[in-house]
Amino acid sequence: MEYHALHDAPFVFPNDAHPAWSIMIVIYPYITGMVAGAFVVSTMYHVFHREALRPVARLAVVASLCLGACATLPLLLHLHQPQRALNVVATPSPSSAMAGFGFIYSFYMLVLVVDVWLLFRPAIVERAHSAPGPWKNVYRVLALGVLEITPRAAEIDRKLVHALSVIGIPAACILHGYVGFLFGAIKANPWWSTALMPVIFLTSAVVSGIAVLTLLYLFLCRGSRMEPDEECMRSLSRLLWMFLVLAVTFEFGELLHVAYEREEEWHVIRELLVTKLRFSYLTLQVLIGALLPLLILPIPAFTRVASAPFRRACTGVAAVLVLVQVAAMRWNVVVGGQLFSKSFRGFVDYPVTWLGREGLLAAAVVLAMPMLLLWGAMKLLPVWPPNPESDSGVKA
Amino acid sequence: MSLFELPILSMSATSAAGGCASGGCASGGCASGGCSTARPDQASETSRREFLKTATTLTLGAMSLTLLPGAMAGDESSSLATAPGGGHPHAKKPMYGFLIDTTKCTGAGKCLTACRVENSVPEGQARTWVERYVHFKDGRVEVELVPEIGYAASGEPQPEAEDVLRAYFVPKLCNQCVDAPCNQVCPVHASIKSPEGIELVDTDRCIGCGYCVQACPYGIRYMNHETNVADKCNWCYHRVMRNEQPACVEACPTGARVFGRIDDPDSEISQRLATLPTSVLKQHLGTIPLTRYVGLTDEVT
Repeated sequence: MEYHALHDAPFVFPNDAHPAWSIMIVIYPYITGMVAGAFVVSTMYHVFHREALRPVARLAVVASLCLGACATLPLLLHLHQPQRALNVVATPSPSSAMAGFGFIYSFYMLVLVVDVWLLFRPAIVERAHSAPGPWKNVYRVLALGVLEITPRAAEIDRKLVHALSVIGIPAACILHGYVGFLFGAIKANPWWSTALMPVIFLTSAVVSGIAVLTLLYLFLCRGSRMEPDEECMRSLSRLLWMFLVLAVTFEFGELLHVAYEREEEWHVIRELLVTKLRFSYLTLQVLIGALLPLLILPIPAFTRVASAPFRRACTGVAAVLVLVQVAAMRWNVVVGGQLFSKSFRGFVDYPVTWLGREGLLAAAVVLAMPMLLLWGAMKLLPVWPPNPESDSGVKA
Repeated sequence: MSLFELPILSMSATSAAGGCASGGCASGGCASGGCSTARPDQASETSRREFLKTATTLTLGAMSLTLLPGAMAGDESSSLATAPGGGHPHAKKPMYGFLIDTTKCTGAGKCLTACRVENSVPEGQARTWVERYVHFKDGRVEVELVPEIGYAASGEPQPEAEDVLRAYFVPKLCNQCVDAPCNQVCPVHASIKSPEGIELVDTDRCIGCGYCVQACPYGIRYMNHETNVADKCNWCYHRVMRNEQPACVEACPTGARVFGRIDDPDSEISQRLATLPTSVLKQHLGTIPLTRYVGLTDEVT
């Protein structure tokens, strides 16, 4: 039997025994990716005028805002000195990739907040007049005191929404490409260190954004007894399929490159994939999360076989699988990259815990927070597009 | 009231009404701004411009204040980095280096205890450790960690002598890289390089993000689970500043660890560096370690 140092005589550096980054650092790019992805869907309508996506355009931008509002939570939970978190923006080190987060995130959120405000201004102003009781005051505050919209103001708002959506596209790309760069720029870790990492993160972000939006749309339609728009579902399926093809190409293209070149770190990565990550990578990320949706999605995206509910179910199942794929990808990158020692001679375990600041329960709460926020936002703002005849100027 | 009618944005209205935010023209006369003769829209334009000018100045000022420490740190480290032989021609501070002679290490473990006691290193974490490499005749290479009580006293089963090609010990500690990845990635200036070129952690600034732990290619950094900030070997900087040797060097019974000034040609380390072939760990990463090794093999990572 062939001798293999990684199995027969493993050796781990003493400080590598406990991974420094926890499940919270898995969730952070997961949520940030959805933020960027959902926004990209909204721009498909507001910038690229894909009319089929009109039913989800507003939902997309509000969902992006709610997800974005929670994007820093996992980071705060992870920091060992959370009370010093603002040092990242107060005394940033220009040489650090991480120091850019505060500025990039703040800029993106600013764009998003203004975008949402302008987009919903007609509705807010209308409700500031018509809402009952104390809600009237809530909408007056949301309207920032401007309680009428002239046709000229509506026209300016429309142009601003368009401009902000245009600005938001590179901002969203930078936000999530940057998250990928945080990992890709670590030359100490061969599982992370690749120039493709920002692109891999970005494409998977868009995929997760489309998937979460698709599921939200289906769920909300069901909740409000609405029939999901068939063309919208078809368009979402096509987008999901297209970006999934891109994401899979980059993810596995990178791995193929490393495998084919067989550089010195390949023996560790190969062992990592077939031992520690066998289930989360090969089963979840590749088979269930990528291959299955790639096979399922063409049905609702490019055919009209079977009934509309069946095709919707296909899209829904594929969206769930894609979310599993992206979650597995984040796990495999963040946790997987810490499962081998920098000695390249041994592996360690990641202790999954239920309780504690960085446990599974805390992670579940963090993931549920954006959905709670969205529920609240939907109580305040009309996320469904207004009827064309009542459209007051700003493109819904 | 609209957003644009809020006090901070309504300076133009004040100016147009005869008042002037810049002062000196309460009665309507103003030498600098010409408020008294200006039309309301001109006054509004001037005030807005002044407001924007002030806001821009304040913003840029604040930004320069936040970025300045980093820029200065960068200059400092780069000047140290370009120092020939480790010493900058204009630097007054001494430059230090560390030499590990693997041919002399016997795995006594004294250095490990000395370091743990000197620096209050928590159990299960390490600023320094010693690895034992055994090359077998059949091609196998086994690596294990030397316990603090020492290799000989540990009672570990010894491999058969006739099976072993060669065996040796490799002490590990911070490489004090000139181009340190841990320093580069720290987002808040908590990783700092001393004027002597020694990489330190500012525990009062560290936010505990762990990015430096990930960035160190040598596994030297760790999140101290007692202090909750990043920690690492700093060549016992506090002792060095008192003209003492690092604790591990002082404890080493065989002289396998040599520390000293590399800008002094008469120092022991300079003498040995000049006469012995040395190498560094993971040279291909380009971190330029100041910790150098004698007798390093390809197997050592």
